[in-house]
Amino acid sequence: MLDSLLAYPQELLGPWWPSVSSVVWTLVKILIIVVPLMLCVAYLTLWERKLIGFMQIRIGPNRTTFFGISWLAGFAQPIADGLKLLVKEIIVPTGSNKFLFVLAPIMAIMPALAAWAVVPFSPELVLSNIDASLLYLLAMTSLGVYGVIIAGWASNSKYAFLGALRSAAQIVSYEIAMGFALVGVLMAAQSLNLGEIVKAQQGSAGLFSWFWIPLFPLFMTYVISGVAETNRAPFDVAEGESEIVAGFHVEYSGMTFAVFFLAEYANMILISMLTAILFLGGWLSPFPASWGVLGASSFGWLILKAFIVVSTFIWFRATFPRYRYDQIMRLGWKVFIPVTLVWIVILGAWMQTSLWIWWK
Amino acid sequence: MFWFFATILVFAALRVITARNPVHAALFLVLAFCTSAGIWIQLEAEFLGIALILVYVGAVMVLFLFVVMMLDINLTRLREGFWSYLPVGAVVAVLLILEMMVYLIQPYFGLVEAPRPDAAVAGYSNTKELGRLIYTDYVYPFELAAVILLVAIVAAIALTLRHRKHGKYIDPAAQINVRREDRVRIVSMPSVKKETPKDGDPS
Repeated sequence: MLDSLLAYPQELLGPWWPSVSSVVWTLVKILIIVVPLMLCVAYLTLWERKLIGFMQIRIGPNRTTFFGISWLAGFAQPIADGLKLLVKEIIVPTGSNKFLFVLAPIMAIMPALAAWAVVPFSPELVLSNIDASLLYLLAMTSLGVYGVIIAGWASNSKYAFLGALRSAAQIVSYEIAMGFALVGVLMAAQSLNLGEIVKAQQGSAGLFSWFWIPLFPLFMTYVISGVAETNRAPFDVAEGESEIVAGFHVEYSGMTFAVFFLAEYANMILISMLTAILFLGGWLSPFPASWGVLGASSFGWLILKAFIVVSTFIWFRATFPRYRYDQIMRLGWKVFIPVTLVWIVILGAWMQTSLWIWWK
Repeated sequence: MFWFFATILVFAALRVITARNPVHAALFLVLAFCTSAGIWIQLEAEFLGIALILVYVGAVMVLFLFVVMMLDINLTRLREGFWSYLPVGAVVAVLLILEMMVYLIQPYFGLVEAPRPDAAVAGYSNTKELGRLIYTDYVYPFELAAVILLVAIVAAIALTLRHRKHGKYIDPAAQINVRREDRVRIVSMPSVKKETPKDGDPS
């Protein structure tokens, strides 16, 4: 069936067939990752509103439904929101820099999606199995700040600009702590390849052989810096409503705003996925192998772990009041960076002794 | 692919010096860094390529933009000296190009005769090799460079660090150590019954 379908374009393209087919095939693979990701983003917004609703003893969105089925009440909310944003007018403010104004949301979502190229979903299932994937991820997450900065500057609005400045300073500071946390992971795993890092966490002790035990301070630093990197509460001063209206995206409407929103949530899912891969054993099962399906390592475990981490992010938002800006800077520079530096030195010494039991 | 990246790189580099707006110039510099990282990755120097993006694009240029956006730059004053500085700039540019040509074309350095390096074997990790070289063969120069950078950082901070006399900075440790008893006094007193309001009295 597939062969007969492919015969015609093969004949048509002749010698160019291999290069064209590899490009098309890669595009198909990208779509296979991005389309479910976008659906996850849509339903993450619903889950966030529902979960915060439960925590605040409310119901959350419960009106929109598919075909009037009552038990699906609320489940069409992301679709409805998406449609609303899609048909809204995009207003480009006068005096703004139009090209950069439109470029900013693209710059925000591009790294958020590009980073998924190296995320392994199972031992074999990864779009691009490169050796330096950890470095690549660090580079991609550091590019996300450009969307925010360009948006703030191109809007030609003071609130947006203040938001962009806050966000830029915050992301640059927390990136360092995040990078040091990753240094600890690569020391323990002896590899920059994410698949290898998960394999290095395989051990007889189940969930105690994952890296969250030996790297516990780095694990905490990574999670909290991840919240700060994605500009989520309690570190969301970049869009602090009570101070600067909506921060860097105050002038954006319709689809341009939606793209910022998508980028933020895609980044959230990315960070939780990475936390699961780097510290929580990725697709490895927490149970012994004799437990049958539960003991087998599978894609489901990775999703479950990422889901738990992402729910913790939402929990943070429902629980903590917003940090004051100087406290954010203090936490990043004076607490996290020294903690990670000290732990890297301890880790280096620890790995030289026989007390280190996290080898394969 | 090389020509694709090289064209963008040259275009971006030219726009860095010709763009009217300093913010645009900084953004073109970002583009130039990204494309040169692409060229490096094509040369199988993926560690250097990604490090270039991570350090220059991800951190240095963000701070650059940060500063450029906050400065109130007078464009006409900035462009005033363009023609008077042009000869000096041109001389420097020509010298740079000549030096590069000497290095690349002249057989003296043996670059032309140098054999093309073999393609990397499977399982060869650029990063691992680099790390091994830096921390074994070149450990002293590397540590020396690190110490020099550290001195520069400490000096820069020491030069700009000022304590304001009447600043409003609060020590976070002192904030956390505050106890309820220092701030609030709880007085126990019997409840008082409010008198029923009379007709027509709004309170």
